[in-house]
Amino acid sequence: MSNVDPTAMADGELVRPNLQRQLLEGRAIKNNILTILTWIIATLAAVPLVSVIYMLLVRGGTRLFGADFVEVLTALPPAGFEMGGGIGPAILGTLTMVGIATVISVPFGIMAAIYLAILGPSSKLATTSRFLAKVLTGFPSILAGVFVYAVLVVHFGYSPWAGGVALAVLMLPTVVLAAEEAIAQVPQRMKDAAFGIGCTRTQVIWKVVLPTGLPGILTGVMLAIAGAAGESAPLLFTALFSNYFIENLSIDNNPTASLSILIYNFSGMPFENQIELAWTASLVLVLIVLVFNILARLFGQPKV
Amino acid sequence: MAKNPFQQAGSSSAITRPPSGSEVATDTLFRGIAYTCAALIVLLVAAILWQLGKEAAPAVGEYGLGFWTSTTWDVNKSEFGVLPEIWGTLYSSLLALLLGGIFGVAIAIFLTQDFIHHKLSLVFRTIVELLAAIPSVVYGLWGIYVLIPMIRPGAEWLHEHFSWIPWFGTSLSGPGLAPAALVLSIMILPTVAAISVDAFRRIPYKVKEAAYGMGTTKWEAILKVMLPTASSGILAALVLGFGRALGETMALAMLIGNANQISLSLFSPANTLASLLASSFPEASGIEVQALMYAALVLLLITFVVNVVGLGVQQYTVRKFEGKK
Repeated sequence: MSNVDPTAMADGELVRPNLQRQLLEGRAIKNNILTILTWIIATLAAVPLVSVIYMLLVRGGTRLFGADFVEVLTALPPAGFEMGGGIGPAILGTLTMVGIATVISVPFGIMAAIYLAILGPSSKLATTSRFLAKVLTGFPSILAGVFVYAVLVVHFGYSPWAGGVALAVLMLPTVVLAAEEAIAQVPQRMKDAAFGIGCTRTQVIWKVVLPTGLPGILTGVMLAIAGAAGESAPLLFTALFSNYFIENLSIDNNPTASLSILIYNFSGMPFENQIELAWTASLVLVLIVLVFNILARLFGQPKV
Repeated sequence: MAKNPFQQAGSSSAITRPPSGSEVATDTLFRGIAYTCAALIVLLVAAILWQLGKEAAPAVGEYGLGFWTSTTWDVNKSEFGVLPEIWGTLYSSLLALLLGGIFGVAIAIFLTQDFIHHKLSLVFRTIVELLAAIPSVVYGLWGIYVLIPMIRPGAEWLHEHFSWIPWFGTSLSGPGLAPAALVLSIMILPTVAAISVDAFRRIPYKVKEAAYGMGTTKWEAILKVMLPTASSGILAALVLGFGRALGETMALAMLIGNANQISLSLFSPANTLASLLASSFPEASGIEVQALMYAALVLLLITFVVNVVGLGVQQYTVRKFEGKK
């Protein structure tokens, strides 16, 4: 190694440092080892995902892609040693409660986002709301269940509404923060142009800001729905579980099935048929979540 | 709008005119609703705190601070304490943070420091995002039927040969801390990776160019320049990931074994606050519900503090690099 100080002169001539890369030099070896290590870590991180998807397809796919897929998707869950059966009530229940949660959280979320992004972005209320929304994104999902239990279940009993409200509490911060970001990205000149022709703030928001920010808002909504569909902890003691289809949307003591609780209940059962159904339900649940994730990506693509 | 708006400006049906009375009224109403919705977020948080506090109040009065340090959870004797759960929550989350943190930061470096072509890095980013999309309960199922059988031989071997080390003091008889912490680390990896990627992205490119100009190798630049510069953002990522781990419920309820004990061993069953709630709440009644509400309050306080600290560090990072907000 000839890392000679380039300012040192020998016989009035500059001694050149060796600028060539030394592959066996200590620091080069260290560099290569760390690079290989990073590759290994990145590959390892993909292993769980591959394993989960493989298991879902192998163990859940046999039923879902088999001959009796109609039965699996529509029949009632089996009891005890019974064979066959399906996850129909759970699919319907999950879709119903996610629907309720969406209907509640999206209008509230978008209106709140409008206030946060346009009407009073730096007001005291906006700063507090924004901060609390961020805190709520890290809110343990089971506490949403405990909260709704105390507010609704204690008075009315288990119902799809209790489950839906618990999911709405979890969706709200995602919707608010995504919608705020989308709305804030609408160029100021577009708003100025609308104000310039005499629009009220409401007209600016309805006719310029919301249509322009719609892709971003929809992305946030889809991601929130995907998250809510996969939630199970908040449903444990708000919607409880049921072996039958929900017949109405009564709030009064109306336990409702959901895919995630079905997976939780069946995962610990000693019957092979139930465990098989738990995998099938997992596959269906992951597919639902994936569809909304893909929708979020499609909406999020820049249109211009 | 085919006509030239300027030609119309002077006519009676001018495109520009002051808003009419009904438009002003709609505007006021609309803004009122928006204001109410923003206020509702604050009210929601207040309502959560108030409801949990109200429901837990009898138990808080009865058990006081002893609830935090007592180790019994006995419904028949009406004795309740959550020390084992607090221990299990913090221990499993710290283990998950150790593993998920190393992987998450390494992946952030891998994705941002020109290791792979940026199209390939999109593939890896999608993989990491998909890890976050898989529901907790599916991870639980996967943990029971894939992960536990897979790590069991290794755990047995470690227990047989190194049982004098407290971490390997017991054998893995099914559910336990190790599989729970492993699944937890997979679940927080996307959070840590995403926020760390943001932290690396915020560093101006000239910082790296300056390091390379000094003749550093790629990893010397990463370890001595990029990592220290991104350190506050990475800290925020770790704290927020820790917050996620603390509140995670279903996968843990399925994998940790729900045993009310304090043990250093990685292979013994344990319990966490969230999985205590998940497993005991559906069948609880009377005083146990109040005690569970108290446990929920403890969980809320711990996660609230951790999340506020994490958000604070994150905002500090943004301010440091962008000089605004």
